[in-house]
Amino acid sequence: MQMKTILRPLIAASVAFAAAGAAHASSAKVEEYKAIDWSFNGAFGSYDKESVQRGFQVYKTVCASCHAVEQLSFRNLGDKGGPFHLDKCPEGVPAGTDCSTPGSNPIVKAIAAEYQITDGPDDSGDMFQRPGLPSDKFPRPFANPQQARAANGGALPPNLALVIKARHDGPDYVYSLLTGYEEAPASVQLSPTQHYNPYFTGDMSQLLKPEYRNAEGHPLDGVEVPLGGVLAMASPLSDGVVDYADEHVPETVDQYAKDVVQFLTWASEPKMEERKSLGVVTMGYLLILTLILFFSYRAIWSKVEH
Amino acid sequence: MSHQSTYKPGSAIERWLDRRLPIIRFSADFMEFPTPKNLNYWWTFGAILAVCLVIQIITGVVLAMHYTPEKNLAFDSVEHIMRDVNYGWLMRYVHANGASMFFLAVYIHMFRGLYYGSYKEPREMVWILGVVIFLLMMATAFMGYVLPWGQMSFWGATVITNFFTAFPIVGEPIKTLLLGGPSVDNATLNRFFSLHYLLPFAIFGVVAIHIWAFHTSGNNNPTGVEVKDVKKDTLPFHPYYTVKDGFAIAVFMLLLAAFVFFNPNGLGHPDNYKPADPLVTPPHIVPEWYFLPFYAILRAITFNIGPITSKLGGVIAMFSSIMVLFVLPWLDTSKVRSMRYRPVAQLWFVLFVIACVWLGYLGGQPAEGVFVIQAQIATAYYFAFFLIILPLLGVFEKAKPLPKSIADSVLKHDKPTATPIAQAAE
Repeated sequence: MQMKTILRPLIAASVAFAAAGAAHASSAKVEEYKAIDWSFNGAFGSYDKESVQRGFQVYKTVCASCHAVEQLSFRNLGDKGGPFHLDKCPEGVPAGTDCSTPGSNPIVKAIAAEYQITDGPDDSGDMFQRPGLPSDKFPRPFANPQQARAANGGALPPNLALVIKARHDGPDYVYSLLTGYEEAPASVQLSPTQHYNPYFTGDMSQLLKPEYRNAEGHPLDGVEVPLGGVLAMASPLSDGVVDYADEHVPETVDQYAKDVVQFLTWASEPKMEERKSLGVVTMGYLLILTLILFFSYRAIWSKVEH
Repeated sequence: MSHQSTYKPGSAIERWLDRRLPIIRFSADFMEFPTPKNLNYWWTFGAILAVCLVIQIITGVVLAMHYTPEKNLAFDSVEHIMRDVNYGWLMRYVHANGASMFFLAVYIHMFRGLYYGSYKEPREMVWILGVVIFLLMMATAFMGYVLPWGQMSFWGATVITNFFTAFPIVGEPIKTLLLGGPSVDNATLNRFFSLHYLLPFAIFGVVAIHIWAFHTSGNNNPTGVEVKDVKKDTLPFHPYYTVKDGFAIAVFMLLLAAFVFFNPNGLGHPDNYKPADPLVTPPHIVPEWYFLPFYAILRAITFNIGPITSKLGGVIAMFSSIMVLFVLPWLDTSKVRSMRYRPVAQLWFVLFVIACVWLGYLGGQPAEGVFVIQAQIATAYYFAFFLIILPLLGVFEKAKPLPKSIADSVLKHDKPTATPIAQAAE
């Protein structure tokens, strides 16, 4: 009874927060996101390591030409919980090497070495190029935002290292966006640099053909404004565009999108697995502590009329 | 402290110390403090809040070791904490969700004080100091939210500081002083960081005198009847309330841990994971959930009143909604402290809680259409509760008879064998 009186408002409050969050999400007029049952969902969910590895390949092959992962370094790939973390060294690595540290991880070293990094200045004061090291950050595709805009028709490709956390329902959103490109409805007129996507936030009423709009430019009565919006990025994925080493994995847009979402979710929340497992221990500890305190309370108060 | 000291220095060192710095006596008396025996779980939120403050200070000090208050580095330094600092993610998520839990607890604590009349004579100073703490908490939380330098940080700071310009003559200079310049920029970030580090210690100080004040007046209790007989009505704080508060704190920590470990961003806004960009305004600028009721009051004033523009009116309404709490002890005219014996006041109180929660909901909605009218009704009720209902109720309401003493109320309360029969007879 007393437990209930204290818990009820707390539960009510948490429900209210959740409702407030949901209200935010529903305000934009876009198609409802496809809900995927991600392996990382839920209190015990974890990343699908092979999927994260493939997702990295998709990022590297397709996304990286325009999108940076600003907060990521090569070494992160070999961190505990990262896609290329090794518990013990593969054959051929000299004895005594600790491959569980990212700096000595041969896969991470090989990935880093594929990139050319500007370093310096050297002793004569000049900058120079050298192969990447695990400690380097992933190089950005553009030197600055202005260059990025100039190369992308005025649009700025967002940083992907945090994109999952920077959008409502990030994983479902990115998956829906990547797999959701479709022909623009007949009622709208798009320029060649505009690509229609029902999951992208925008205002399609401005793109309606003149015959569907009144003198002020507003949609005529009875004209349905299409959901979603237009973006400068054309559908980046197509079937077969990335070659997977594992031939059992389908090389489809759907699979690429799932894999790259796994990679990007890991990139935005690399400590998720550590967090959840520590959370289970903490909750267990607190639960036991709570019980001990409750029975201590009962024992201490047993002789008091209250 | 209001009660007789029962401490007897046992050893020679204690006797020596007791004549010079009676710190052991102070602590012993603190733990022995006679506390009404009938306090319910709503009273545990005081201790919960003390724990919240300590958690925020400890995690905050650690975060400050790795954070950089510079506009081009702040956002990445937070990500550095999340990714590279050992358990940095834990520190940051505890700090961010801890702030939310801190406000949840303080709101429950305030509603408790309101319901049981804990602001009435002789506890006016306890209440007023509590409102001061609340104001300091709001300032601290607001500035803390700016530090990650995300989109909501930047635009929240822009919107909130812009309120001050509604005041004629002094408005602009106040805004410039707050921001350290004409707009939110590096100077703003620096002074907010400085103050965000300073204010918690101010809160700590005011909490100390808040506790001192109610150790002078004694705790209120659910009956609102003063302690008559210390032996019969009270129990020493330790072990009775240390263990009860301890249990409640553990339950509260479960709630905090559930958010920190399993939904750490559930109470935040995704836009704050985008770096601040002065050129891109987010479509919906919303404050953190704990400010939403006040945000709704601010936006409820959509009309001009004579020379007062709607903007200034909104700002006045928002500030007044907190200022009115300072004079509450003199607005409530009822001689009866606890609403347990005020059946009519109870109903108005429930409506008041609903109005506050509803304002919170409305604060998160766009300020248009039905939402505006609802916010106006809820705002009107918020003020009417303090300025009309509580003053009048004290005059017209007929209260139920009060128990003779705390001990008496406890005895009557606790006869479980008698009640079911009585109920069955009905």
